[in-house]
Amino acid sequence: MDIFLQQIVNGLVQGSIYALVALGYTMVYGIMGLINFAHGEVVMIGTLVTITVAGSLINAGMPVALAGMAGLGASMLICMALGWGLERIAYRPLRNAPRLTPLITAIGMSIVLQNLAMMIWGRNYLTFPPLLPKVNFELAGAHFTAIQVFIVVVSGATMAGLLALIYRTKLGMAMRATAQNPAVASLMGVNINRVIAAAFVIGSALGALAGVMVGTYYEIAHYQMGFMLGLKAFTAAVLGGIGNLAGAMLGGVLLGIIEALGAGYIGDLTGGFLGSHYQDIFAFIVLIVVLMFKPSGLFGEKTGDRA
Amino acid sequence: MSKWLNPRSAFGITLIAVALLGLPFVAAMGGQAWVRILDFAILYVFLALGLNIVVGYAGLLDLGYIAFYAVGAYTWALLASPHFGLHLPIWVILPIGAALACIAGVLLGSPTLKLRGDYLAIVTLGFGEIVRIFMNNLNAPVNITNGPQGITLIDPVAFGDFKFSGNTQLFGLTLSGPMKYYYLLVALAILVVIINLRLQNSRIGRAWQAIREDEIAAKAVGINTRNIKLLAFAMGASFGGIAGGVFAAMQGFVSPESFSLMESIMILAMVVLGGMGHIPGVILGAVLLSILPEALRYGVGPIQMALFGKMMVDPESLRMLVFGLALVLVMRFKPAGLWPSPERKRELSEKRTEGKA
Repeated sequence: MDIFLQQIVNGLVQGSIYALVALGYTMVYGIMGLINFAHGEVVMIGTLVTITVAGSLINAGMPVALAGMAGLGASMLICMALGWGLERIAYRPLRNAPRLTPLITAIGMSIVLQNLAMMIWGRNYLTFPPLLPKVNFELAGAHFTAIQVFIVVVSGATMAGLLALIYRTKLGMAMRATAQNPAVASLMGVNINRVIAAAFVIGSALGALAGVMVGTYYEIAHYQMGFMLGLKAFTAAVLGGIGNLAGAMLGGVLLGIIEALGAGYIGDLTGGFLGSHYQDIFAFIVLIVVLMFKPSGLFGEKTGDRA
Repeated sequence: MSKWLNPRSAFGITLIAVALLGLPFVAAMGGQAWVRILDFAILYVFLALGLNIVVGYAGLLDLGYIAFYAVGAYTWALLASPHFGLHLPIWVILPIGAALACIAGVLLGSPTLKLRGDYLAIVTLGFGEIVRIFMNNLNAPVNITNGPQGITLIDPVAFGDFKFSGNTQLFGLTLSGPMKYYYLLVALAILVVIINLRLQNSRIGRAWQAIREDEIAAKAVGINTRNIKLLAFAMGASFGGIAGGVFAAMQGFVSPESFSLMESIMILAMVVLGGMGHIPGVILGAVLLSILPEALRYGVGPIQMALFGKMMVDPESLRMLVFGLALVLVMRFKPAGLWPSPERKRELSEKRTEGKA
């Protein structure tokens, strides 16, 4: 039972991070029908920028909390600029292109960003500066740290804020309208270009936040970290029904919990035949099973014929 | 078929044949490394044409194609290496590899029949990752794949006593190992081109295209969409399996690292960048994308030395950077691929004039 609770806690933390990244995928997909493969790299750059900014500020003698805030702010700004630039340079010219064309562009941008990051930050693993104190709590037999609480609370609050933005503001309304039908939305006076750019910018800001969380949680970062994270987050978005915001959040949390439980129990379940290094398989097996029964994800609406 | 007989195309074919035959000797002047690069280019042509059946003809976006390649490669590695002490002949292994890959294709295809577009993409991607993770971890408790270390000392391709590794004297010419593989691969690639060509206008090929354009309409006119889609997966997968077998034999070594998602993506990029569903385009895409990184490997360092007199940036990352930029730029200016089929080009321009968002 202790293991069970513990793994739920761990899964919830990991899942919150997945959810934040998944939102970036799902917002762009909902509006443009594009898998932005470069989103994982945006998250990676968010982490690495924080390391540089917060790390050097701490070295310069700034209080840790302040340096952390500065690092987060800087990485969010840079990632937002990056997201905006990606849309403007790589994807906007391809709006009317065949469906697979922007996918290849996204892959190209992903390669470019990864190698740029390698040129700037090098090939080695970097240590993330400790931004939060290491305090441990215990509740009902499960241990958790201040960092974990921080991650879950902040991502929960951010997601609530995002939902409010999408469902309560004029920009949100424009985004929903564009997602439903861009042509009609533009006839109603919605500036499509601005809406799409906003989706990229907001998604990238969430990605930067997730990047900082990944950094504080695992304490290391690497120029290749974005790839697998992006993949998992995209899986989470599809699991929840891609294009659906609540779906991405729930999909992310679910994926995190399933992975954690899978890693915790797979050894017992298979009599020691399969070990916890099969953790990554879980995400994909669950995905395949869910999609077999719900072909458009858990909360996805029935999609039209996009293939 | 009459167009094959007219003198102009006969001349063209002869020219291509002579060029294909002579190419490895030209490449060998730059060293055997270039012949190996050529080998891989042809291998990628083979793979890309296999994926073209799935993506280009049937319109099923497959991001896990490398899994079938891995199945073929590991089949060869396990049945023809000291790892299990088995050394079966090619006539046995290659069909087994193709059959296993084909089964894997059907296994992947059957649960995903209902899925469309991007949902299919992510499931195939997951499948590819599952296969790779198993290859990586099936070394305990029973050592099957030897884990991340991979399997070494794999037998080369051999027909009877004629081995494809080492040098052979033939008609007074010295043929190196990579050169012999080159001819084998060209023969295989020509075979797969012919199969692709014949499929294109066959009943099956037209059924695939119908599904690609509109699945519901295809069903309505009496196409058994389930079987036809499975057939696309199975055929594409078999080609992947054969390519994998040849890859394992040529390398003499396989490890899970060769079958990462990035490889699947690269093959897809070859198909799309060249021109989906158009055989010459796919060949062009495969050759370009497999040679470009290698050419950059040799070019980026010296060019920097010439321009700045010193290494400004790590050539390895610069070469991938240029590669990524090349992908983006080609797609920006040639959205339908470098050499799209005439029909596709027409469709695209029609869409443009409609002003569809």
